Amino acid sequence: MARSRLRLTKVARAEERAAWLFLAPSLVLFAIFTAIPVISAFFISFTQWNLFNEVTWVGIGNYLALAKDEIFAKVLGNTAYFVLISVPVQIALALACALVLNRGIKGQTFFRVIYFLPVVTSTIAAALVWAWLFNSNFGLINAALSLVGVTDLPKWMGSTRWAMPAIIIVSIWQNLGYAMVLFLAGLQNIGKDVHDAAALDGATGWDRFWHITLPLLSPTTFFVLVISIIGSFQVFELVLVMTKAGPANATNTLVYYIYQNGFQFYQMGYASAAAMVLFLIVLAFTLVQYKLQRRWVHYG
Amino acid sequence: MGKTATDWVLFVVLLVGALLMSGPFVWMIATSFKPAADVFQFPPTLFTADPQVENYLRIFTTIPFGRAMANSLVVSVLVTLLQLITCSMAAYAFACLRFRGREVLFLIYLAALMVPSQVTLIPNFILIKTLGWIDTYQGLILPYAFSSFGTFLLRQYLKSIPAELLEAARIDGASHAQIYLTIVLPLAKPALGALAIFTFVAQWNNFLWPLITTTKPDMQVAIVALATLQGQYNTDWPLLMTGSVIAIVPVLLVFVFGNRAFIAGLTTGAFGGR
Repeated sequence: MARSRLRLTKVARAEERAAWLFLAPSLVLFAIFTAIPVISAFFISFTQWNLFNEVTWVGIGNYLALAKDEIFAKVLGNTAYFVLISVPVQIALALACALVLNRGIKGQTFFRVIYFLPVVTSTIAAALVWAWLFNSNFGLINAALSLVGVTDLPKWMGSTRWAMPAIIIVSIWQNLGYAMVLFLAGLQNIGKDVHDAAALDGATGWDRFWHITLPLLSPTTFFVLVISIIGSFQVFELVLVMTKAGPANATNTLVYYIYQNGFQFYQMGYASAAAMVLFLIVLAFTLVQYKLQRRWVHYG
Repeated sequence: MGKTATDWVLFVVLLVGALLMSGPFVWMIATSFKPAADVFQFPPTLFTADPQVENYLRIFTTIPFGRAMANSLVVSVLVTLLQLITCSMAAYAFACLRFRGREVLFLIYLAALMVPSQVTLIPNFILIKTLGWIDTYQGLILPYAFSSFGTFLLRQYLKSIPAELLEAARIDGASHAQIYLTIVLPLAKPALGALAIFTFVAQWNNFLWPLITTTKPDMQVAIVALATLQGQYNTDWPLLMTGSVIAIVPVLLVFVFGNRAFIAGLTTGAFGGR
């Protein structure tokens, strides 16, 4: 008895040692490139540093400056505008596409691939072609608009009013397919028998959608919502290529502002403070959604 | 309206949608063949009367775009290989081995998924700069050699391997390294394939990190070279579109051949978690 227990602990200890050996590469990389940087970013946000001079500790000075920074207020507003429009539209369109592409319509595999192509395309390349499409003098979009009789053609990226909508359109175009694929996978998890039973009970298509499909799909919707919100708060490449935050900061967003301060003005402390604000916003949104999910997400 | 009639209407709607989704690609390809002067016609035409195949040569002579494509390939392939190794090793420990602190460590790895990459950007940049790794392959590759996402994806998959199978191998005297190499990795091929395609595509399209850690044109990856090209030739739309076409072809190829595996990888996050 005593001998076998001794043997067991020996095996368990060998297993433990093996586990840490298998974890070693990931632990080292995780510590160097994720864990320590997250902590450092927190500390850097309390300093003033341009990479060349001495590091100065400024306490919450950067955060106070952010609170008073008029451009930063505008940046937050722009980012909120972008998230509030692009996320709901994208989710609604993606759900509609998924529902239609789940009916067994002919050519549905082809459609799924086409709708998904923008997801795997580099955002820089996508933004370039869209910048060309939105070009207010020679672009295809304004050509099409004037063809259908629009005389007051929008200046798109050159106008404070239309620049953000242009970026939102491209973002929806690019991310729609991702949400659609997640919805399709979610729909396939709902058994056909549930629908058949409801149809036998006399439920119409709309009834089934509202009372069966939507509730059963809610875990997927929840996941799509969380992922889309986190992703939209980080919009950057579209801004960089299409507008460079202009005109007059009309399209300056959180990540673009972090990039500007950190890598164009070399204000590492200030940029880190802005990054911390981004982190807190994303965290708050995610936590609130986890709290709220009990009210509308049904796990089968 | 009967089911077939509804389906016909929806088919037409889908077709219009497909036109909107694929239109920018068609426009990109069409523009890439245009002579520089052609693009300033209004209204624009889709096809040019004078297709310029030499645009596809011009891009390689205007900037070191061939080198940039090679850099992208080297970085993306190496990052993918490294992640397959480090993530599968960690996933094996989390899914198949017992050790103290397993749940806590796994939670820490998962929590990292919530941290926006821009938070670690500045400290990592300072680190790479201090090490003198600006304009080096190690600077481009090593920060991406491990990912929490990959570990999570593989662990969910490895959990489905029956414990009896591994136990039997252990009783037969196989070491953990042997079990990992000869049983676990071969069984995990579908998940490894999904992770490989996902990582390759994400890395090829990665932009901000290579943008700030490279200064020499020779060390730029294709996507960064493309963005730089925009700064230098911002009205040469045929050239910009040529670069875009070339830069997205490798990813489209990988996607077309690995479509199923890629989507399996994307959806695991949504459905493997419970």
